[in-house]
Amino acid sequence: MLIQLIGSTFRVSTPLVFAMLGGLASERAGVVNLALEGMMLFGALGAAVGTLATHSPWLGALCGLGSGVLLAAVYGLVVLRWRANQVVAGMGINMLALGLTPEFCKMLYDQTGRTPAIPLAEHFQAAPMYGAWIGVALAWFVLRFTRPGLWLGFAGEHPGALDAAGISVTRVRWLAVLASGALAGLGGAALSTFSSSFFSRDMAGGRGYMALAALIFGKWRPLPAALACLLFGFTDALQDRLQGVVVWGREPIPVQFIQILPYVVTILVLAGFVGQSRAPKALGVPFERD
Amino acid sequence: MKRLLQPLLSVLLGLALGLGVTALAGENPWTVLKILASGAFGTGYDFGMTLFYATPLVFTGLSVAVAFHAGLFNIGAEGQLTMGALAAAATGAILFRVASPWAPLLAGVAAVLAGTLWGAIPGWLRARRGSHEVINTIMLNFIAAGLANYVTLYLLKNPESQNPETRAVGDGYLLAPFSWLGGAPVGWATPLALVTAAGVGVLLWRTSLGFEIRAVGQNEAAARAAGIATGRVQLLAFALAGGLAGLVGVAEVLGNVGRFRVGFSPEYGFLGIAVALLGRNRPGGILAAALLFGALHKGATSLDMETEHVTRELSLVFQALIILSVSADGLWSWLHRRRSSC
Repeated sequence: MLIQLIGSTFRVSTPLVFAMLGGLASERAGVVNLALEGMMLFGALGAAVGTLATHSPWLGALCGLGSGVLLAAVYGLVVLRWRANQVVAGMGINMLALGLTPEFCKMLYDQTGRTPAIPLAEHFQAAPMYGAWIGVALAWFVLRFTRPGLWLGFAGEHPGALDAAGISVTRVRWLAVLASGALAGLGGAALSTFSSSFFSRDMAGGRGYMALAALIFGKWRPLPAALACLLFGFTDALQDRLQGVVVWGREPIPVQFIQILPYVVTILVLAGFVGQSRAPKALGVPFERD
Repeated sequence: MKRLLQPLLSVLLGLALGLGVTALAGENPWTVLKILASGAFGTGYDFGMTLFYATPLVFTGLSVAVAFHAGLFNIGAEGQLTMGALAAAATGAILFRVASPWAPLLAGVAAVLAGTLWGAIPGWLRARRGSHEVINTIMLNFIAAGLANYVTLYLLKNPESQNPETRAVGDGYLLAPFSWLGGAPVGWATPLALVTAAGVGVLLWRTSLGFEIRAVGQNEAAARAAGIATGRVQLLAFALAGGLAGLVGVAEVLGNVGRFRVGFSPEYGFLGIAVALLGRNRPGGILAAALLFGALHKGATSLDMETEHVTRELSLVFQALIILSVSADGLWSWLHRRRSSC
């Protein structure tokens, strides 16, 4: 029972970890990213279509990554080039993905809101799970020990200083947003080719927002945020397991209360009741040269 | 006039891009446009349904706008309207026998109070704990959905239905639909939306609270220096925003199905952000934007049946493209350039 629970915790949190890494890339560079949800949806559809077409989940995941980058490019265009409000544009991107993905299913497969099922032999068994944690280690390494990691941090904390050092803040932020699309796209790919074996409408189901919450919960640092993803995944796996289980009396446990637990905890963390969480200083502030 | 130009052009650009998608799908954009128009305005019933979808959008649009004037982002209208609708349905199911003039009033007050409370939480957290309202309201949306599920499935379950919905409210609670709209569920909730929009206009531009709200929104530090209790104003503005979103409960529960249905809202809360933005956070603009979005939503429902390759989800695509283009200030800078250069 416990081993199974731990196993499903890791499985369930895999898409979240990828999306969280995506959020990390863009938010550490100072760009708010509510669009993770939409990028995941695009990634999920792209991966399902890619896998169905090539019969290889690896090529499918690559398609998912590309689809995420594509949507991220739209997001970058709107917020970085045209300076749209990042919260509003993020919601807009999510709506766009929510509307476009079923439309693509209709165009490609003449089905309403879902793709055909991917044959069992052609979807991932465990690779994304390891991939997610390798990604966490890489993110930690890049942010801590490499030059691009340093630039990323400066773009989010002191963009003026980065600019003075002769490095284009806008370029760093563009790369960060595209990277976040790639990672969120992989998260979506994990949803459609690992957690399940098809794409369906609104498949991300709020996981993009969850990933963002995990990021804030983990104070914008890779390892703590990944652990937050695990915690969220755990409550998810737990409520799945407790569905319909009777512990006392006659009524089954109301799993809704377990479901909302991560959200309550996130609010408490944000409010500083459980440790402090500080955002990158220039988060959400468009960069303008004086 | 110039202030209107950016929203108008954004609508046109959004529609054009959306129709471009339909052309990619292999449909004639002109045919799609005609289907949308006749689906939204073709008959009295169609127009009624357009108004039916527009009404909640007025409430959520006003909700987002009031918070916005205080410099706050209300992404939480979805949760606030869930709590409002749930409260209205619970009142009507529990106090089943209350008679007509008092019953809808009672349920309406319950809806507003529930929304107000749900809005006050992020307002308080922002004012007193300094935590950002965007993430808090998103979290509260999920929490509201979870609580509503629990209440619907465990406490007030409708035994006569397989769907996740609450027991029906007493007959005294129902607002009858107007007879001249072909049976569309449009009753007093729609005039209520108009009155509410006017009320919000008066509040924001003709009262001292409204002045304080706008002052805080424009420059928090200056407002504080001028002696305005900024925390109190933020809390009040968010509570008010929540109450406005809660009014959706009146339209949905009392004016339509007489119960709370899980997932009844086609993202009214999120669309409210678009409505407010497109309407420039003004009551008149919000009414117009809500009507447009209501028409897109209603018109698109015909697309499933009447086209081969396009689904009703197209309304989301249109709405998303309109939001993105109206928010992309840089795209329209040429509109404003002449003014700033002289």
